[in-house]
Amino acid sequence: MKYYFDNSATTRLDDEVLNEMLPYYTEYYGNASSIYKLGQKSKNKIESVRNKIAEILNTKSNEIYFTSGGSESNNLAIKGIMHANIFKGKHLITSSIEHPSVLNTCKSLEEEGFEVTYLAVDEKGIINLESLKKSIRKDTILVSVMLANNEIGTIEPIKEISNICHQNGVIFHTDAVQAIGNIKLDIKELGIDSLSLSSHKFYGPKGIGALYVRSGIKFKPLIDGGHQEREMRAGTENVPSIVGMGKALELVYSNLDDKNKYIKGLRDYFEENIKKLPNVIINGDLNNRLSSISNITIKGVDSNTLVIGLDMRDVAISNGSACQSGSALPSHVLKAIGIREDYLKSTVRISFGKYNTKEEVDYLIKSLKEVGKC
Amino acid sequence: MKKVLIGMSGGVDSSVGAIILKEQGYDVYGVTMKLWESDDENVESGCCSYSASMDAKRVCDFLDIPHYTIDFKEQFKTCVIKNFIDEYSNSRTPNPCIECNKHLKFGSMYNLAKSLGIDYIATGHYAKVEYSDKYKRYVLKKSDNISKDQSYVLYNIPLNLLEYIIFPLGSFNSKDEIRNIAKENNLTIASKPDSQDICFIPDGDYKKFLEKNSELKEKIGNVIFNDEVIGKHNGLYKYTIGQRRGLGISHEKPLYVVGFNNDNNELIVGEEKDLYIKNFKVKNYNLLLVDSLNKPMKVNVKTRYKSIEHPATIYMEDGFIKVEFDEKQKGVTSGQSAVFYIDDIVLGGGIIV
Repeated sequence: MKYYFDNSATTRLDDEVLNEMLPYYTEYYGNASSIYKLGQKSKNKIESVRNKIAEILNTKSNEIYFTSGGSESNNLAIKGIMHANIFKGKHLITSSIEHPSVLNTCKSLEEEGFEVTYLAVDEKGIINLESLKKSIRKDTILVSVMLANNEIGTIEPIKEISNICHQNGVIFHTDAVQAIGNIKLDIKELGIDSLSLSSHKFYGPKGIGALYVRSGIKFKPLIDGGHQEREMRAGTENVPSIVGMGKALELVYSNLDDKNKYIKGLRDYFEENIKKLPNVIINGDLNNRLSSISNITIKGVDSNTLVIGLDMRDVAISNGSACQSGSALPSHVLKAIGIREDYLKSTVRISFGKYNTKEEVDYLIKSLKEVGKC
Repeated sequence: MKKVLIGMSGGVDSSVGAIILKEQGYDVYGVTMKLWESDDENVESGCCSYSASMDAKRVCDFLDIPHYTIDFKEQFKTCVIKNFIDEYSNSRTPNPCIECNKHLKFGSMYNLAKSLGIDYIATGHYAKVEYSDKYKRYVLKKSDNISKDQSYVLYNIPLNLLEYIIFPLGSFNSKDEIRNIAKENNLTIASKPDSQDICFIPDGDYKKFLEKNSELKEKIGNVIFNDEVIGKHNGLYKYTIGQRRGLGISHEKPLYVVGFNNDNNELIVGEEKDLYIKNFKVKNYNLLLVDSLNKPMKVNVKTRYKSIEHPATIYMEDGFIKVEFDEKQKGVTSGQSAVFYIDDIVLGGGIIV
């Protein structure tokens, strides 16, 4: 793809990450559970990645579990914690703008008999802390609120949420898939009990992610099998991908401020140019969002036309999130922040990354103007 | 290079259509319209299923052309399903393909192409569009493969769109030729069976569909023959004009559905001779070959997709088109379409009142 502006859907693998991974396919291919030296090599590498991730996120390495990605991490955390704490009750609280891997997990729990409260958000996409307090019941086990939204980029007041949870003896999980690699994050400082992350959102390989669960919090595994991941996630470890994720996380946090400044510069340059147009609206919380995301409505132009029209010009953008399209239902996030009915189908997400250049953004602007006839 | 957007169902016809357009040098874009999703998870045969869309995607990938799946479920529901239900509720027998072609394929899909700056749209229909020197305009014609001809379901295409429509299969004489092209290109869908009548009712049970998706439900009423009650029926929507089977009535002569009395929930039956009529009216018409009917015209009329044509004269009367057969004909059913032909050219058509 010549002009890739869908970095929230996934990112291009960093060459440095790939190089780090390659030996673990053909040279150090041992099963990490094997006793001999080749196995030990894999095991040691996995544990050093675990340490590195724990260090970056300011937590302990025995609190990090490797999974197949963000969706599995969210499933494992939410289902696992609810099932392990059933003695306490059957209630959980989430927001109405979560990723489908959280919302559909909640639905599935509802079918089992659990009760879920879905918190509304304001026009910026932020949950109301008072409603959260009021929603907590005696039998509330868990609150799950995303760190940053994947469609509009809004960052939730995580510290405040975790405070409220802990004052009420409730566990707090956050889906940080979209946030990790985009903002600085200190798990201890924010008081997070459980957190999901996914490697392909920060220039790492797909199909690998991690779940942090604070030690002492009980949760049940989803997959029964061997003893891997301290019995919480059976299955032979995906060593090359774990190595890739570790490297990618290390790289992305090595100069986060500079990279963010660069990406924000591109995004702001784009929005400066696009917001002058008469039929364009920029959605979400303009002061408190990820610097990589721009969610815009081009009034009167169908989002399918925008996405396909740009694809015809070799520009990749998305309507809604990748996990929603195909269904092409109006986005639940845009609905939740109260976007007008007739704008819902004229809204697209443009997400910037470290490989984008100003020249590419100029071409994006030009193409959007052509297709959007603005 | 001229751009063309082709509607692809994942079947043989539209896939081969895409191949032909590409060979002809067009810049081809494939689109699969998602029109309907069955609640029944076991139903995977309809043309809008996931596997159909994947078949289309595979073909496009093979041809190295872009493919997009676009959700048109809402428009389909308002324009086609609602009409389907309304018509049956009023004891008329609709043809949903005609509504779908009018509103979706040559409506929404054309608009999509236009908004993308794509010059032409194409479908795998068996029909032809040509410029006629005689009529000084683009005309809609029957396909060369007469047994497959679908011009009947296309009469509603707006006149001003005709010149932007391509039917790449229109000049083929047999389906075998089409299947052969699919085979030559190693398309795995080459032997896929032809699609059935109504895409959103893959099992063909339209009564079950209506009961599930509308207010219609079984309601017992009288069956009337010569003003006398001769039996019971259990819902007018279960019957169509000319229907003989499933009446559950024994009579010395074969009896057919000849009409409905909606107000009294009565089903009117009669003998075969009662099915024959000399004239009828047509509403919501679309004219392609002429701008208006200011004088009577001799045409051939087709009153059902699978029926043969009969000669008739058509003229305007109180805003309707009046159709007068040369000789009485049977099978004229309210809600179906009457399509008028001059030779192999579609003059126009409309809904039978």
